[in-house]
Amino acid sequence: MLEKKLGKQTVIFKQPPTIAATASIVGPKEGKGPLAPYFDQILDNELWGERSWEMAESKMVREVLSKTALNASKAVSRIDYILAGDLLNQCIAASFGVRESGIPMFGVFGACSTMGETMSLGAMLIDGGFASNVVCLTSSHFCSAERQFRFPLELGAQRPPTAQWTVTGAGGVLLSSEGTGPFVKKITTGKIVDMGIKDQNNMGAAMAPAAADTIFAHFEDTGLPQDYYDMIVTGDLGRIGREIADDLLSSNGIRIGSILNDCGVMIFDMKQDAHSGGSGCGCSATVFAGFLYDRLKKGKLNKILFVPTGALLSPTSVQQGESIPCIAHAVAIENG
Amino acid sequence: MQQVMTGDEYKKYVDSKAPDSKLLRNVIRAFSVGGLICVVGQFFVNSFSRMGFDMDVSASLTSMTMIFLGVLFTGLNLYDDLGRFAGAGSIVPITGFANSIASPAMEYKSEGYVLGVGARMFLIAGPVLVYGISASIIVGILHYLLKF
Repeated sequence: MLEKKLGKQTVIFKQPPTIAATASIVGPKEGKGPLAPYFDQILDNELWGERSWEMAESKMVREVLSKTALNASKAVSRIDYILAGDLLNQCIAASFGVRESGIPMFGVFGACSTMGETMSLGAMLIDGGFASNVVCLTSSHFCSAERQFRFPLELGAQRPPTAQWTVTGAGGVLLSSEGTGPFVKKITTGKIVDMGIKDQNNMGAAMAPAAADTIFAHFEDTGLPQDYYDMIVTGDLGRIGREIADDLLSSNGIRIGSILNDCGVMIFDMKQDAHSGGSGCGCSATVFAGFLYDRLKKGKLNKILFVPTGALLSPTSVQQGESIPCIAHAVAIENG
Repeated sequence: MQQVMTGDEYKKYVDSKAPDSKLLRNVIRAFSVGGLICVVGQFFVNSFSRMGFDMDVSASLTSMTMIFLGVLFTGLNLYDDLGRFAGAGSIVPITGFANSIASPAMEYKSEGYVLGVGARMFLIAGPVLVYGISASIIVGILHYLLKF
């Protein structure tokens, strides 16, 4: 019998790692959104003095790494591992961003769920006694994602109302074996769920079943009451996806509509022309590192279930007419 | 989790949840902006004719002018805003075609002039050209055959 495993998908930590510090950098559009006061840095230009969007994104990763260490008052050299990933082909934002750091690194890909995946793996590394300090880093950039997944920026095309807006931003989370919380208590690792949605412009609908599946598994594995958490916050389902996830959970007897929130809904205002909401690895990363961590630290929220969601598609699979497989990873974070 | 819907049922349910595009508003915008672009085109046709060019030459000069304007406004970062507002109204006229060639050229400049600008310039316009030219060849052959 595995002593740290609960049910089929959940792990409970014996010595829960502390989230010692976070850092976030966002682009100008996110900086005009409702969460602006919570970000460490807001760029006034998406290119940030670099030669390409991709290099601007890896610069965000690099800067977030040093800011995260700085916010924890730890020397970068005390970090045992970096777990990092992004949306670009071969995760170049992450690997170029940490290239000069000299710290052992695991590259992780989980599309927009990467923040949940890196935090899950990081917490297991620490509780397993393999590391004392682990930094989890993820990023996305509107301009680099547009050119990889959709169209050139200057193309005059319209988006349907279900489309989402890739967040320009990077977030870092430092997990540590020592500290006073907030603690990563449990994780529930998602499995791939594919309901056959093929529309790249409706990722919320594609990902909602995966989010609902992981949240359901979390309650099933842990046996916790449905009102246990102060907030359950998914990654980037957007307005339509959040509603669908709520419906799917309700039909399975889990009624959490009043505490179910979504980072993609929170990061942009309705007036910001982001349609259904934000998306991208940077969406859940910056909302967690900025807003949610602040709420936890100040005791406004004490127990949250953070569930970043990812659509595991590629431009090739979309063009070949495949449906969109999705995944969601839940991280249970509690004060004390 | 208990599966409550099949894939097809889920697709139907999602369609019912997704808000529709604002059709009437979009059509009105497309009509006015598209119409306005055509009025500008007509203005150039008339001006060129008044300068003494015959109709064929005026039409060619107008196309060139409109293409130039489409590329210029793409370069000034304005055409994408117009496109977001007008939709088909600014995609269908020749200025939209110019935009579809100029925008990838700008976007892929970071990959160099050969593999970036050169290779990717027709990323969006390419299929239009392939099928447009193919269709005109087929129609041409049919036209030739039907003469007999």
